Amino acid sequence: MRGPDLLRLAGGSLRGQPTRSGLTLLAMAIGVASVIVLAGLTEGARDYVRGQFQSLGANLLIVLPGRNETRGGPPPLLGATPRPLRLEDALALERLRTVRRVAPVVVGNVLVRHGGLEREVTVIGSTAAFLEVRRLRTAQGRFLPGGDPHRARPVAVLGARLKRELFGGREALGAWLRVQDRRFRVIGVLADTGQALGLDLGDMLVVPVASAQQLFDTEGLFRILVEAREAAQVAPTREAIGQVIRERHDGKDDVTIVTQGAMLSTFDRVFRALSLAIAGVAAISLLVAGILTMNVMLVSVSQRTAEIGLLKAVGAADRQVLSLILAESAALSLLGALAGLLAGLAAIALERRLFPGFPLALEGWAIAFATGAALATGIGFSLLPARRAARLDPVIALGAGR
Amino acid sequence: MIELLGLERVYRMGDEAVHALRQVELRIADGEYVAIMGPSGSGKSTLLHVVGLLDRPTAGRYLLDGVDTTTLSEPQRARLRRERIGFVFQAFHLIPRMTAAENIEVPMILAGIAPRERRRRVAEILERLGLADRAGHRPDQLSGGQRQRVAIGRAVVMHPGILLADEPTGNLDHQAGGQVMALLEALNTEGITLVVVTHDPAVGGRARRRVEMFDGRIVVDHTGPA
Repeated sequence: MRGPDLLRLAGGSLRGQPTRSGLTLLAMAIGVASVIVLAGLTEGARDYVRGQFQSLGANLLIVLPGRNETRGGPPPLLGATPRPLRLEDALALERLRTVRRVAPVVVGNVLVRHGGLEREVTVIGSTAAFLEVRRLRTAQGRFLPGGDPHRARPVAVLGARLKRELFGGREALGAWLRVQDRRFRVIGVLADTGQALGLDLGDMLVVPVASAQQLFDTEGLFRILVEAREAAQVAPTREAIGQVIRERHDGKDDVTIVTQGAMLSTFDRVFRALSLAIAGVAAISLLVAGILTMNVMLVSVSQRTAEIGLLKAVGAADRQVLSLILAESAALSLLGALAGLLAGLAAIALERRLFPGFPLALEGWAIAFATGAALATGIGFSLLPARRAARLDPVIALGAGR
Repeated sequence: MIELLGLERVYRMGDEAVHALRQVELRIADGEYVAIMGPSGSGKSTLLHVVGLLDRPTAGRYLLDGVDTTTLSEPQRARLRRERIGFVFQAFHLIPRMTAAENIEVPMILAGIAPRERRRRVAEILERLGLADRAGHRPDQLSGGQRQRVAIGRAVVMHPGILLADEPTGNLDHQAGGQVMALLEALNTEGITLVVVTHDPAVGGRARRRVEMFDGRIVVDHTGPA
């Protein structure tokens, strides 16, 4: 039997049962589309998180007070609280050769008032370096001034949304804000850069680090952001920071230093596991589609018993009957995979239009895996009905038509 | 040349062994016209199935042109069915979604004959059957007689030496049945070996040689006018 004839015969018998063929096709298509869309979702999420990290700058190190390796046991009752990070620690880090910028950070919530409006706001206390380290831009005015970080100047920079909410369209530069019991003059407004790692900087108020320490009555820092000169220097910088802090903290390793790479690889591990789990779930839907194909082919074979008997009577060998049935399911699976592929691509394109901020990824491996799995399950599960058809006794099969 | 030597066919029906054929001895020469007659259950259809290589005998030998078919593999038997034997059934067994032309084409597709040659042969046969204007009709658009003629076209499209017909007029009225028998007999006069299974004496009586079966045995083998 010639290849084109095989396809034509298979196509003819599929068209002969449009409802059944259509439903099997649909099941295959849903399976394939779900693999593609779900893979696009996890990969899109991974790209999103990666992008968030990258927006922080690739050379970033974050120094946190306390060591996270000590987690696990019950918290110590007395005297073992980690020594806080201080402004002097941050200034000491600035002297390292491989460090370009250091931004100490203090964070807290305060009540901010202007005119009759009042809002609970997250205040970030930092230095001029914060703007560069966090890759921020000012829309109006200027950012925090340089100079001695110990000076608690009463100046503040507004996040874009906070500016809108407190001032609306009115001029904010030069205005005075009441922050708790102190007064701050607005010297700048940040450009709207959206979210970064879930922290919406548009809602924040940035003040000099010393001013924030006075506001919150603390000498400790929430963290220190350190930017290495080059990505290759992140690892040695990490070592150097550890050493400096150890010397300053009586030889104790009481800080945690997180690098961008470490965070990224953690997220990568999480997302890889998630991708595999989701691919597994989607594979189950393909498995179901395969079983459905088997069912449909079994019914199809039993309904066409007389026809198969006839084919044998006019000279079809068992192998020809087998390949005919397999060609049918292969054609079904291939069409289903194709339809699913188109549906998946359309869904991804639609999602990208609707949510341009979180685009789904189009994964080559997902397309290959989905199509391959659809074909494999479709043909694999048709082996049983195809064998059954091939082994039909032609005499009994011909009698079934009467 | 068909030679059946001591042929036995035993079915298992539950605990019971059913002897469909008992010690059947039959020789049919090339170009003969044989009617196999007998009541239902006499084994005549089983005999036809064995001769048509659709069924294997339990014992005995079946030589087709001197070749012992009982030792052949299934692909070899399929090949013989394709090339040497044509089948016509009472229920026509046309494939309902295919046109008359496509139904006739099926054996040639299985044999791997090129499309151009297939078209030529189908056109030739439809012309011969007087169905040229029905080529694109599906079976449900054809009368019973037309359907059986399409089935005959399918049976002879591979130019087999043997044409086996199982109650070919069983589902037809008198006139259509007469036309079908005339067509089969015309093919016989052109040289094809024709074996017709029937329980209808009027149909069987047309054959020069009549074999009567009863309870799996050949009880009469008569050549000459009835």
